[in-house]
Amino acid sequence: MKQYLLNIQQPVGDPPPPEVLEPIMRELNAVNDEMRAAGAWVFAGGLHGPEASSVVRADGGEVIVTDGPYIEGKEFVGGFTVIRAADLDEALAWAGKVTRALGLSIEVRPFHDS
Amino acid sequence: MRAEIDRVFREEYGRAVAVLVRVFGDIDLAEEAVQDAFGEAVRRWPSAGLPPSPAGWIITTARNRGIDRLRREATRADRHAEAALLHARTEEPEEGAVRDDRLRLIFTCCHPSLAVPAQVALTLRLLGGLTTAEIAHAFLVPEPTMAQRLVRAKGKIRKAGIPYRVPHEADLPGRLRAVLTVVYLIFNEGYAASSGDRLVREDLCAEAVRLGRLLAGLMPDEPEVLGLLALMLLTESRRAARTTADGELVLLADQDRTRWDRALITEGQELVRRCLRRNRPGPYQLQAAINAVHSDAPTAAATDWAQVVQLYDQLLAVAPGPVVALNRAIAVAELSGPATALSLVDELDLGAYYLFHAVRADLLCRLGRRREAAEAYDAAIPLAENAAERRLLTERRAALS
Repeated sequence: MKQYLLNIQQPVGDPPPPEVLEPIMRELNAVNDEMRAAGAWVFAGGLHGPEASSVVRADGGEVIVTDGPYIEGKEFVGGFTVIRAADLDEALAWAGKVTRALGLSIEVRPFHDS
Repeated sequence: MRAEIDRVFREEYGRAVAVLVRVFGDIDLAEEAVQDAFGEAVRRWPSAGLPPSPAGWIITTARNRGIDRLRREATRADRHAEAALLHARTEEPEEGAVRDDRLRLIFTCCHPSLAVPAQVALTLRLLGGLTTAEIAHAFLVPEPTMAQRLVRAKGKIRKAGIPYRVPHEADLPGRLRAVLTVVYLIFNEGYAASSGDRLVREDLCAEAVRLGRLLAGLMPDEPEVLGLLALMLLTESRRAARTTADGELVLLADQDRTRWDRALITEGQELVRRCLRRNRPGPYQLQAAINAVHSDAPTAAATDWAQVVQLYDQLLAVAPGPVVALNRAIAVAELSGPATALSLVDELDLGAYYLFHAVRADLLCRLGRRREAAEAYDAAIPLAENAAERRLLTERRAALS
């Protein structure tokens, strides 16, 4: 089994209102439960937006903390799920369920073999 | 003998690579081993003669060469070497297994996680046995660019862990679509080169037809596979009539139909009947059927336009799109007159497509609206990417004034 990162690509802008978000999160939780039942689920989490992010960087001997994110983009990591899957196709199938639940693009990337 | 070896190479390269990818689990090693084996064939066959089974000889030799390489290269992981040595002891692969190996390789090359240009390049390289230089030449990119594209694609297969297998039943239709798209892209690039002076690149058409035949042999129960092969054969049957001796384009209506290849038409039409009998019509089958109707007509005027329009209606239902609607309008013009067709064309949002303007120009011309026709030609000419198409449009424009 390999581990894959399912990176939820969230567009910049305000999140949808609670009445829209709530059914989406319910569906996502259902997918997460399905992953747990299948033994595919490792870890998942939603993230605060880039406005909550700080960037830490070593500059010579000094460590500098700045307001994040380090580049401006049209989308950011909104959250992620780490799964176990036999191969890429299996990981893509799970990502398909997540994107259907969320309506957001999911980047699938394998971890280096440990 | 050299020609004989070249023929074996063209026919057996993909088969051998497919088997060895399974044996070694490594595309680069498989390719190197197969190339080593052909190098050996070039040295040995001229004096020893062609072996009874050239394909078997190549696969066995390549497997031994691959194992030698693994033994030499201590950097490769030991488990790879062990796995390969284990496989090496098993006997000759059966034809069924080889068939599956090639299908697996096709689906690997055309995996949706690879960009389409990479899918095309890999398919031509690994299954068609075309050299990097040949693929680069066919797609008019510099050879280093194509080499890099292939290296990156193979790296993606390795790093992303793209599986070497035929997709599960549930995923098959979606994945098969990607495979058929790649083969048809290769054919179309050969049929109407997207740029450059020459209209047709016969070698690419031939390669696409060969891949189509391979797929039809491997998946005889998939009607769209048969449909695509039929479509390519019927299109290919008109090649000789499609250009003049000096390379100028001749439109379907003006072609000398005695120069159409009857053998290809017969084969294509038989395939159309065979796939439509399955009653699962898809876009390739319907386009093939439309071409089959054209092939039946002794003259353009004698074409069964009602049936062509009907087939386009079906095509629009399964694969809606403005380009299909434009082609349907061309058939409507023959059935119901240019005025009806023009009103259909004018509704389409295809201003960036040269054929949209070319079709409008032709319809306006037939309606005697010469000034508007000239304007439509003027819009079409700069949009046409192929020089032969541009010349034809320019000629027609000139004939108006």
